[in-house]
Amino acid sequence: MFLIHCPHCQEDRPEIEFAYAGEAHIVRPGPEQQDAMSDAEWSEFMFIRDNVRGEHCERWWHANGCNMFFNAVRNTVSDKFIKTYKIGHKRPSASQIQKWKDAANG
Amino acid sequence: MGEYRKSGKGRVDHSEAVRFSFDGKSYEGLRGDTVASALMANGVHLLGRSFKYHRPRGAVGVGFEEPNALVTVRRGKGRMTPNLRATALEIYNGMEVTSQNRWPNLNFDIGAFNNTFSAFFPAGFYNKTFMWPKSFWDKVYEPFIRNMAGLGPAPTEPDPDVYASTYAHCDVLIVGAGPAGLAAAIAASKKDQRVVLVDENTELGGSLLGATGATIDGKPSEAWLAKTIKDLDKAQNVTVMTRTSAIGFYHDNFVALSERLTDHVPSLKPGQSREKLHRMRAGRVILAQGAIERPLVFNGNDRPGVMLASAAQTYINRYGVGVGKNIACFTAHDSAYQAVFDLADSNIRVAAIVDARKELAADILAQAQSRGIDVITNAVISKTGGKNRIKSIEVYSPDTGTKRQVNCDALLMSGGWTPSLHLWSHSKGSIKWDAATKVYLPDQANENCVCIGACNGDFGIKTALNAGSKAAGGRKSYKVEEADFGQGQIFDQLPNYIAPQKTKAFVDFQNDVTDKDIKLAVREGFKSIEHVKRYTTNGMATDQGKTSNLNALEIASKALGKDAPQVGLTTFRPPYTPTTFGAICGYRTDDLFEVTRKTPIDPWAESQGAVFEPVGIWRRAWYFPKPGEDMHAAVARECKATRDSLGIFDASTLGKIEVVGPDAAKFMNIMYTNPWSKLGVGACRYGLMLREDGYIYDDGVVGRLAEDRFHVTTTTGGAPRVYRHMEDYLQTEFPELEVWLTSTTEQWSVIALNGPNARKLIEPFVEGIDLSPESFPHMAVREGKICGVPTRLFRVSFSGELGFEVNVPAHFGKYVWETLFEAGQKYDITPYGTETMHVLRAEKGFIIVGQDTDGTVTPHDAGMSWIVSKKKKDFVGKRSLQRSDLVAEGRKHLIGLLTDDPNVVLEEGAQIVTDPNQPIPMDMLGHVTSSYWSEALGRSIAMALVRDGFNRMDEELYIPMPGGVNHKAKVVKPMFYDPKGERLNVL
Repeated sequence: MFLIHCPHCQEDRPEIEFAYAGEAHIVRPGPEQQDAMSDAEWSEFMFIRDNVRGEHCERWWHANGCNMFFNAVRNTVSDKFIKTYKIGHKRPSASQIQKWKDAANG
Repeated sequence: MGEYRKSGKGRVDHSEAVRFSFDGKSYEGLRGDTVASALMANGVHLLGRSFKYHRPRGAVGVGFEEPNALVTVRRGKGRMTPNLRATALEIYNGMEVTSQNRWPNLNFDIGAFNNTFSAFFPAGFYNKTFMWPKSFWDKVYEPFIRNMAGLGPAPTEPDPDVYASTYAHCDVLIVGAGPAGLAAAIAASKKDQRVVLVDENTELGGSLLGATGATIDGKPSEAWLAKTIKDLDKAQNVTVMTRTSAIGFYHDNFVALSERLTDHVPSLKPGQSREKLHRMRAGRVILAQGAIERPLVFNGNDRPGVMLASAAQTYINRYGVGVGKNIACFTAHDSAYQAVFDLADSNIRVAAIVDARKELAADILAQAQSRGIDVITNAVISKTGGKNRIKSIEVYSPDTGTKRQVNCDALLMSGGWTPSLHLWSHSKGSIKWDAATKVYLPDQANENCVCIGACNGDFGIKTALNAGSKAAGGRKSYKVEEADFGQGQIFDQLPNYIAPQKTKAFVDFQNDVTDKDIKLAVREGFKSIEHVKRYTTNGMATDQGKTSNLNALEIASKALGKDAPQVGLTTFRPPYTPTTFGAICGYRTDDLFEVTRKTPIDPWAESQGAVFEPVGIWRRAWYFPKPGEDMHAAVARECKATRDSLGIFDASTLGKIEVVGPDAAKFMNIMYTNPWSKLGVGACRYGLMLREDGYIYDDGVVGRLAEDRFHVTTTTGGAPRVYRHMEDYLQTEFPELEVWLTSTTEQWSVIALNGPNARKLIEPFVEGIDLSPESFPHMAVREGKICGVPTRLFRVSFSGELGFEVNVPAHFGKYVWETLFEAGQKYDITPYGTETMHVLRAEKGFIIVGQDTDGTVTPHDAGMSWIVSKKKKDFVGKRSLQRSDLVAEGRKHLIGLLTDDPNVVLEEGAQIVTDPNQPIPMDMLGHVTSSYWSEALGRSIAMALVRDGFNRMDEELYIPMPGGVNHKAKVVKPMFYDPKGERLNVL
């Protein structure tokens, strides 16, 4: 069972308090954009997800805690959380993720 | 005292005899014995029959790694545990132990004919043989396999025991209390940290319990152990847990510890927990699991009396039991010599030591010779003799071709050592192949975790102690005098002059897998060890291949002509040792298995004899039968009473969400298909919610209480997911909206009153609300008081009758219900349950989300295009509704069905076709979603999802049923009763 750092509560909490909520940084198109999108483009947004081997940006929900959604970078091979951050922050760059990893490894 | 017991020897209490029974016969052991040690003290080696061939088997090991000696313990009603390892099972007075997998008895077993015909039972036998004909599987093959192959019988009665569980935390968790673990605990105890030391055995000590004779810091190892245990006991920051198996190592140093509390005590106190599962989160984990000795794979290596050398050594040193009176040993590792010496020094005759290696260290040979032991090097055992216990071995020297028979009553074997990597591998620590010793060793850690001692490939007491101290931050260098652990050679195959088809050399004792099975799997094309494992079942028994995995790997890699690392290692999975379901369930059984939610009005319904049904995790009153009534009669009466006069229904389970804030209407516009901006304060509207993919997700009536406040209702089962769906969009897509969401499902009791007399009933009880139709029309909400308590009063109807939904704070629910019910007697008020509610709504064609829709139904499919706003720029699901597949012709539509025979109530879920005489498989148009007897119409009604249904009005369709009956039905609009809705406006 993971220990997950909630960026809102600012503490590590056990996984049972959380729910996984899919891939992060998939922005819902606004109404004008939606109208301009082809069915294929809309399907891409709706249904197609990356299946990353390695560092994956994903959404978690602190359902049995503060009730907030937030994002996380997690390695899908080692199952390690690298960093959690609030919704609204930009997708972290590879170099940013590397910095976080370096910091975690001391 | 048994004739094989050595007086005064071992850690057992020679002054306290313990009586127990095995297969009905009474035996005497000593306090501290296991079932296996006590039986061996009495000369009993035959402990069970093997899984597939029913071969007689004895104990191979001395602890939890044991593959063979599985037994069943019975201790009264419901307390029967099969498949326990006799080698790790402490005896107590009155204990009843039975052997398994034999009939009629252990000494004479009919199933042993499997052994005679074993040539017909190779790897993959079941897969190949029990294939054809298919109809034989259920009735012939499966029962046969279940009877003949197997472990102990499963218990048939409920388990009366209590199983405790807890969460726990520590700074350092040490798994294994051998020299490495003990030294780590001592070092850790000196720091300011919480330390937990666990060991699955009865007492601490690990290998020190079995191998005596060393001195540590100038003391005999027993004395050092005793002092160390005392020191740890005194240390305030150390918790020592024995009889506790670390069964699984999960993410972030989360380790499951299963503690056995009562299996070793003679009498049970009521309510006492049998086991306790500790869910331990540790800052750091130190694994000191040790190593397990490897058997040698040779013809006849499974005869009772053949066991690991270290096991025999432990039986003599820990239990004071000689495993024989005239033993032999077959080894490829130096460590076995020490075991033989320990037995020899206890006056047990040693017939011979057979060493597969060509050369042997001179000092070991000298020690053997000084004891007068005959050592035969460069030789193997080609066969063993004896039926239910070994009587002889045949020693074969491949270089000279000479054979020699040696009599013995026990045979020690050693093929080297396998470090225990189980928990390390659970934690996803990587492993590396050590070519020199031909074992896998821990490599890179994936958690804050370290492996020390023998499980890290560091053998010997001194090495282990120093590694333990260092791992816990200590710097102690222990002074140890001990016999050199020595070295060994790994053999994938031992030479034999006997043709392979006439030999049987076991690799996995518990699953009866031989070297030939593994080679056969390779010949048949299995290249990965994971596939070899599944085909042969090697390592898949309850011992998870603790003694067999590396031998299997060695044989498979040799057969494949590859190095072992290229063939791989099978995955270790929790639990490390078999664990009871009780320990895993803990307190969550019976009533606590799944919590049942009940409404505040539930006790009233129960007192009225309601029949309940589960809806989501709620229990709801289904119907209220009067004496002599079945469900059909009760529902017909409830429906009629409601339509004729007045029905009362507990709707408290409806999901409720309070949507509040300056942007509440904007948010509602996004979440629902229909518009909300112009909904007046005090008005209600039915809302339909889609997922982003355009399919119906939920529905419910929403009341606007203020410009910035909506009282949203959801379906009973949908409340949590609708709330999550709303929170998700609010937080992640529309964070700029000033809206707050609160789940209020359990804050309100909801009493639905339906029927022409509904208004008359509540009028005298309502304060502050004008109930006249002009000021309180259908689909309106008002706040005021009812029966003296605050209410949100909705005028809504899910039945088509004049209806009110009385919302009161939850704890007033029962009071208001009882007050109204009492006053309603003059209107013959009738309580009804969910079944009547369903009938009444179906008569009106109202959908139930999840019954009439299934996650692939659009508003248009459900005949509800009217509720999808054409003007709104955006709502969840809008764009998807334009997808080509969702606007295509020929989708399934929700329609009504009227059967030709009005008395036929169709089965929900029944398939619908145009022509029942077409060949099978028929072209299925859809299925019946809702179907009831309508008392109001005096006939049956149904709703169905049917392909192109809107274009099939008045068409006749068929519903073929099993048994050849074809029901005929006509497609109609799903509105069966009062289509104009006049009954809503009864004055």
